Amino acid sequence: MTINPDISNPTTRKPLSVLKSHLHAACAATALLLATGSLAQAADLNALIWCDHADPALLQPFEEANGVKVNVKEFEGTGAGMAIVEQSQPGDWDVMVIDSIDIPRGVEKGLFEPLPEDKLPLADLFPQVKMDSSTVVDGKRYGITEKFGYNTIGYNKTKVDPADMQSLAALTGDKYKGKVAIYDYYLPVIGMAALAIGKKTAELTEADLPAIKEELLKMKANAKLVGEVTASQTALATGEVDILVGGGEWVTAGLAKENPALDFSIPREGAVLWSQSLAMFKDSKNKDTALKFIQYIMSPEGQARLATSACYWGMPANTKAALSDEQKKILRFDEQPDFLARAQPYPAPDADLDKKMQDVWTEMLQAQ
Amino acid sequence: MNSATNSGRALPRTGRALPRAGRALPWALVTPALGWTLLFFVLPFVAMGFSSLTAHDGSGFTLANYSQFFTNPAYWQAMVNSLQVTAIVTVISVLLAYPFAWILAEQVPERWQRLALMLAVLPFWTSYVVRSYSWLLVLAQNGVINRALTGSGLFSEPLQLANTRLATVIGFVHFFVMLLTLTIFANLKQLSPSYRKAAADLGAGPVRTFLHVVLPLTLPGIMVGAFLTFVLCIGDYITPQILGGNNELLMPQLVMMQIGRRGDFPLASALSIILMAVVTIAYLASARWLKIERA
Repeated sequence: MTINPDISNPTTRKPLSVLKSHLHAACAATALLLATGSLAQAADLNALIWCDHADPALLQPFEEANGVKVNVKEFEGTGAGMAIVEQSQPGDWDVMVIDSIDIPRGVEKGLFEPLPEDKLPLADLFPQVKMDSSTVVDGKRYGITEKFGYNTIGYNKTKVDPADMQSLAALTGDKYKGKVAIYDYYLPVIGMAALAIGKKTAELTEADLPAIKEELLKMKANAKLVGEVTASQTALATGEVDILVGGGEWVTAGLAKENPALDFSIPREGAVLWSQSLAMFKDSKNKDTALKFIQYIMSPEGQARLATSACYWGMPANTKAALSDEQKKILRFDEQPDFLARAQPYPAPDADLDKKMQDVWTEMLQAQ
Repeated sequence: MNSATNSGRALPRTGRALPRAGRALPWALVTPALGWTLLFFVLPFVAMGFSSLTAHDGSGFTLANYSQFFTNPAYWQAMVNSLQVTAIVTVISVLLAYPFAWILAEQVPERWQRLALMLAVLPFWTSYVVRSYSWLLVLAQNGVINRALTGSGLFSEPLQLANTRLATVIGFVHFFVMLLTLTIFANLKQLSPSYRKAAADLGAGPVRTFLHVVLPLTLPGIMVGAFLTFVLCIGDYITPQILGGNNELLMPQLVMMQIGRRGDFPLASALSIILMAVVTIAYLASARWLKIERA
């Protein structure tokens, strides 16, 4: 074998050839890294999620059972989630967690794949949370409800009279002025304001907005803050406020051990039912794994883990969720038939009404 | 001494054009910076401008996103709130930072200055979000301040400090005093002691020397810090979001609100461009002072 002295001894080589050689090596290494990366990516499941799906206690059993890595990216708000998808390459994402009412938006954009109903435990779901009007489009199921709960009145039962919490009127009266926080999401709280003035959340129109705005302003006048999830939860937990408008089990259940005084009510006027769904992307390169993931999340074990996720608790959509008795008690599992009968659906406005609702919310926030 | 050299115009007078390689070198050196600016400022800005002129439903070009800002009082109010908060924060930060920087530069012995400066900027080392949440706990109804006030008998009821504009201002001032201290300190250190000696020789007292000599000469440092404070403060989302309790909206919050659920990037872009126009006006108004020269 002959040895090229230029290669064996870099010091004797011309600078240009050294540079070329280094560039070749760098290119080869980069290509190798990219190839390894894309191979790893092909075996992974990429999920656009809400924070409750980031809990390792939820993901690990699936990863170990299927030998895959679940890469998650959290987002808040359907608009932000859709923007991530639009900025990605087709096939980058496999599954998405989404507000059930927003599934038609994804279908309209051609993002989602129909789900095989025969391979999902639809018969085990609470009938009221199937949300077929949103999750089924043109006869095809594009999403399955995985978790639900209520935007209602969350409160500290040692600080307020629980009997007062049986009516939404308590939120606008003088008794609890300065002791109230409002959850900063316009759709559910506008739904609660609608309930307070005797409107049905599914029938809201632009003509209802002035009365809703008036009700919101009364709530704001009583409120100490209007906070997103963490801020409103912290305010209730630390005693900064005693009542959270829009709160529910998603705020109180996760804190039950540390703060058993926190509770929620479904007032006489009703509450707003929230629900989140799982959808599969049409361009997913791992549709089999994606379906397995959805099946796992919808299984009794997955449902129990999702319901009690570290980020926030919520009711599992599957009635057979493997929850302990204590967990069921915290979630008030046995009271669900009554709660569901009294709850009204999340407002699902069209784009124009949605914009007008957000403007009403903006005006409420700016009101002094 | 050659007068041309003094005026700084003497060097390339060789009568010969630079060789081609020599002419290309400055461009080669400046290309990475130009490329960076083009890629990460000009192109995104053009894209944002384009987006701001499109309808959310994709129906074509429109000025509706801009007209919405000027016709909806709630949107307009967000700008008023932002300007008020930014002005308050900038003034308070300057008033606190100047004496602090003065003490560091003039009263602290030279060998301790580095340590003192490091201690002064220590809060920079913690996460911005964590720092804001920490303030929330300090200012809360059951927080340190309220406990001290009610415990000492000064107040019978806790004050509402958290979730107010005051809380937002406190959070901002805590951060920007450090930034301003650094810029003013640097300016004070550049100031030759001869100026003060000369003023004293001419009979000026300490107050007069400060007002007529030191302050005017350190004005560029103050203005640079104040401008940075203005730019960073008016565009900040985290502090008002965590500490303000959403009891009023500032412009960055209004921008974010358009994106969360509705994904209305055209309106968010229009609001961002309006915000940027305000920053540009602030720059133009203060440009004459934004030049630090060695004193």
